[in-house]
Amino acid sequence: MADFFLHTIVGLIILTFLKALALIVPLLILVAYLTYAERKVLAAVQLRKGPNVVGWFGLLQPFADALKMIFKETIIPAGANRVLFVLAPMITFGLAILAWAVIPVNDGWGIADINVGILYLFAISSLGVYGIIIAGWASNSKYAFLGALRSAAQMVSYEVSMGFVMVSVLLCVGSLNLNDIVLAQKNIWFFIPLFPMFIVFFISTLAETNRSPFDLPEGESEIVAGFFVEYSAMAFALFYLGEYANMVLMSALTTILFLGGWLGPFGWTWLPGPIWFILKIFFCLFVFLWVRATFPRYRYDQLMRLGWKVFLPASLGWLVLTAGVLLATGWVPHVSS
Amino acid sequence: MAFLDRTARTLLLGELVEGLALTLRYFFRPKATINYPYEKGPISPRFKGEHALRRYPNGEERCIACKLCEAICPAQAITIEAEPRADGSRRTTRYDIDMTKCIYCDLCEEACPVDAIVQGPNFEFATETREELMYDKAKLLSNGDRWETEIARRLELDAPYR
Repeated sequence: MADFFLHTIVGLIILTFLKALALIVPLLILVAYLTYAERKVLAAVQLRKGPNVVGWFGLLQPFADALKMIFKETIIPAGANRVLFVLAPMITFGLAILAWAVIPVNDGWGIADINVGILYLFAISSLGVYGIIIAGWASNSKYAFLGALRSAAQMVSYEVSMGFVMVSVLLCVGSLNLNDIVLAQKNIWFFIPLFPMFIVFFISTLAETNRSPFDLPEGESEIVAGFFVEYSAMAFALFYLGEYANMVLMSALTTILFLGGWLGPFGWTWLPGPIWFILKIFFCLFVFLWVRATFPRYRYDQLMRLGWKVFLPASLGWLVLTAGVLLATGWVPHVSS
Repeated sequence: MAFLDRTARTLLLGELVEGLALTLRYFFRPKATINYPYEKGPISPRFKGEHALRRYPNGEERCIACKLCEAICPAQAITIEAEPRADGSRRTTRYDIDMTKCIYCDLCEEACPVDAIVQGPNFEFATETREELMYDKAKLLSNGDRWETEIARRLELDAPYR
């Protein structure tokens, strides 16, 4: 049996499919409950209770929302480019899921254990801009177009500083493989030596996922809902799910790069690796929601200033500093493969 | 020195952290939400809700058709017609309030010399049709009968301030 799965092509395809299923199903449930958690956290900060009518403590709310979305009509505006209009939400959601292929949940548990894992992630998250800009263009609406432009500019700007932060992590690891990045944190999680970069990275992920306080692309008070104003029903739900899946992905990435992935704190192993991994993701997600509940939205020029004039020099400077320290102390990691 | 102080605060994200700490404190506070249809907030004795026409304890209606309420109503929501009754007393034959016009100012209650028209504590009288909001005398009297205990207690509590 093991032979069939590991050594025949059909077996490998089935095995990969099952692995993907085992990852995607919990992921989608997590994404669904993230919407619920967001409403609960926002409510708690505002001294409200949040959804508590559907099911115990409102736990069935995400499913009620999903049912509502499914039974609604997908309206395609008259002036819209039909093909692209329908394609855009699929691209956004698909890419958000696709990136998970390389995320190692435990030692060697990634579906694709590739040597350029982090480059793959970076490429996929860059492609995410296309879903949004296609949506904005295909809607043929000024609000959607403005939102898409804002989003594209924002994601491109923050990807630059994110890239430099990643590079400084990679310098400390000596490998692009996500598995190796986590294993390199056996002694000390990178958020301690690289603390300023951890903060820069986290804030950049907020901007990258278009989350508050950088949610200008969908700024409700100025451009209605930004790039997805014209979307309704399941197409809208796909954008929504894509945004939340991206949040989970970015939390996972933060966990892998800075919080030691599946490794327990202080070398604890009394919980299995995946549980630690999930707990750390939950923590990051909570901070996402917590930040949303706390800060007002940035103005657009402030956003750009922060990205280009603060984060870019800071991350670049820290990159040089990291490289210098590594060279001076002779701690440069040996490249294993 | 002030410059150094400000720079340090900015670089260490001092204000951001303070803000986060504040919201976290609120996160754990008891919630202010009340479970509305099952739980309700307190209402002042002076609350100006749905109108009611009251009766004397012997069952005689209080309204003497003086039409002061009709005269004072700023929204002109009240319509009254009156005739002497068989026993010679002056009573209304028609007492209508258009609840879609009413602005709930309570001037009718203040104008009334016999405490007949009052605004009770009920605020949950939404209807499915507009017609149901054209209250007539029978509806107002039945409101008075239904809410009498509550109305009497509230009038008593508010009496010292009138």
